[in-house]
Amino acid sequence: MKNSTGKKLNELCLTAPSMIWLILWFVIPTVLVFLMAFKPVDPWGGIGSGWTLQTLRDLSNPNYPEIVVRTLLLGVGSTAISILIALPLGYYLARVSKKLRDLLLLLIIIPFWTNFLIRIFAWKVLLHAEGPLAHFLTFIGLLKPDATLLYNPWAVLAVMVYSYLPFAILPVYASAEKFDFSLIDAAQDLGATRLQAFFRVFLPGISRGIWTAVIVVLIPALGAYLIPDLVGGTASELIGDKIAQRTFIDRNLPHASALSALLMFVVMIPIFFVVFFTGSRKSITGTRHSRGVKQK
Amino acid sequence: MKDHYLTKRSFFPKFVTWATIVFFYIPLLVVAVNSFNRSKGGGVWKGFTFQWYRQLFSDSRIWEALRNTLVIASIATVAATVLGTLCAFALHRYRNRLQKTHYMLVYLPLIVPDILRGISMLLLFVLLFAWVNPLLRQTLGIRMNLGITTIIIAHITFCLSYVAMVVLGRLQDFDFSLYEAALDLGANKFQAFLKVVVPAIMPGILAGALLSFTLSLDDYVITFFVAGKGSLTLPIYIYGSMKHGNPAVINALSVILLIVTFLTVYVVQKLLEDKK
Repeated sequence: MKNSTGKKLNELCLTAPSMIWLILWFVIPTVLVFLMAFKPVDPWGGIGSGWTLQTLRDLSNPNYPEIVVRTLLLGVGSTAISILIALPLGYYLARVSKKLRDLLLLLIIIPFWTNFLIRIFAWKVLLHAEGPLAHFLTFIGLLKPDATLLYNPWAVLAVMVYSYLPFAILPVYASAEKFDFSLIDAAQDLGATRLQAFFRVFLPGISRGIWTAVIVVLIPALGAYLIPDLVGGTASELIGDKIAQRTFIDRNLPHASALSALLMFVVMIPIFFVVFFTGSRKSITGTRHSRGVKQK
Repeated sequence: MKDHYLTKRSFFPKFVTWATIVFFYIPLLVVAVNSFNRSKGGGVWKGFTFQWYRQLFSDSRIWEALRNTLVIASIATVAATVLGTLCAFALHRYRNRLQKTHYMLVYLPLIVPDILRGISMLLLFVLLFAWVNPLLRQTLGIRMNLGITTIIIAHITFCLSYVAMVVLGRLQDFDFSLYEAALDLGANKFQAFLKVVVPAIMPGILAGALLSFTLSLDDYVITFFVAGKGSLTLPIYIYGSMKHGNPAVINALSVILLIVTFLTVYVVQKLLEDKK
């Protein structure tokens, strides 16, 4: 009896500091985002008293549907491209010698650790009207002189893929490394073509890594603010830009909260979808895998 | 014995891999070359110069930014490492409803976009200050504002989750029969913990701390939301110069930060390697 209260006390001492910290600075602020969407704005850029639905009505701004659609398209697009690159890359990494693999992983991790602003800045330099790429394209006649490659949705897409690709590669590689490659040989011995073996044995075998990659790329992509802000220009604004503008330029915190609540929903939908989907997927791949092992 | 079909025949994965590496490094290479380029805009090579580095070091704002950034990162790292390590121990040792909630709370911040964490903390601080500042003014005659303190609180919050995950990973790899062996051999619980468990998970704690430190150095979005006016950090300085400043000077700053990054990654790799 005494022992079990001691154990409880031990657990509380270990749990309380981080738990209280997170409730105070993560849970409460997150709840506030939803509450503040129902508050009026006061003339000094603060939050007024009383409750209102006006802020939510303001969301019917005619520009917003376009911005939401663009956010979704760029989010899904950059995720799809990142996964498509990460798949062959993860496959290759899992098959090469340890020495080469360690070198390649290091080369992939370094940009991952590099300051985010610096990475975006590097693209600004690269795509700039006087930058090397524009010079080259003008030289071979593909681009009009003084035209810029910056400030359009394609620049945003390129920089998003550049920034988030390492997030996609690492989980795909981690799954591919654990994958039993003799299963592919078995499939081919049983008459599958190379592509069939890749799609029907390899991909289901690493589905967990793929779904992790989808989540870790899609979420920052949907919440992107710096990339469209710095290389996108006004024609490629995303929800993130609008939240920042409402906060810092208009000083309308309730409106920014309402937009944030909207973004929260947009982000949560794919997460629930993926968690649900991978949950059901895992058992399928699990059985497939064990069957493969038994046959061996 | 038959070799693997796919690796033997397929050139495609190899091509994609190397093309990606080139894709990763070309922009960084352009920045590095331009940091020594006499031409301000880049594009054409107009001769070698150190002038952008000299200009960078003579800007007093950068030193202020660097000092603030290091102060914030150091305090946030120490606090997040302590909180995150305690958290990992709790998650690893106990399996019950409380720890399930605990795990959710630690994990969720990792999948919430930065901008949402930034604005949510700003809202909390704005409301908190609106509530306590009249009280403080009456009693102590002071006033709380957004600034270094609020930045530190925000940084501890996002670093905590990363430390907890890294340390938890290390704990899961640790063979706890070693701890029991130490107890059997006459160590008391405290000794066994200090002499067996702590050294084994130390690389995880250090890696978590280093990760916190770099994340804190790196963060712009959350920082900018809770910084208020006048608190300058390195990313805020970089952002300002990107929008209104001299791009050539940021090239120089980028090269210095890249070198720091290379060294950090090297140290972290070494720390995580001795695990095997």
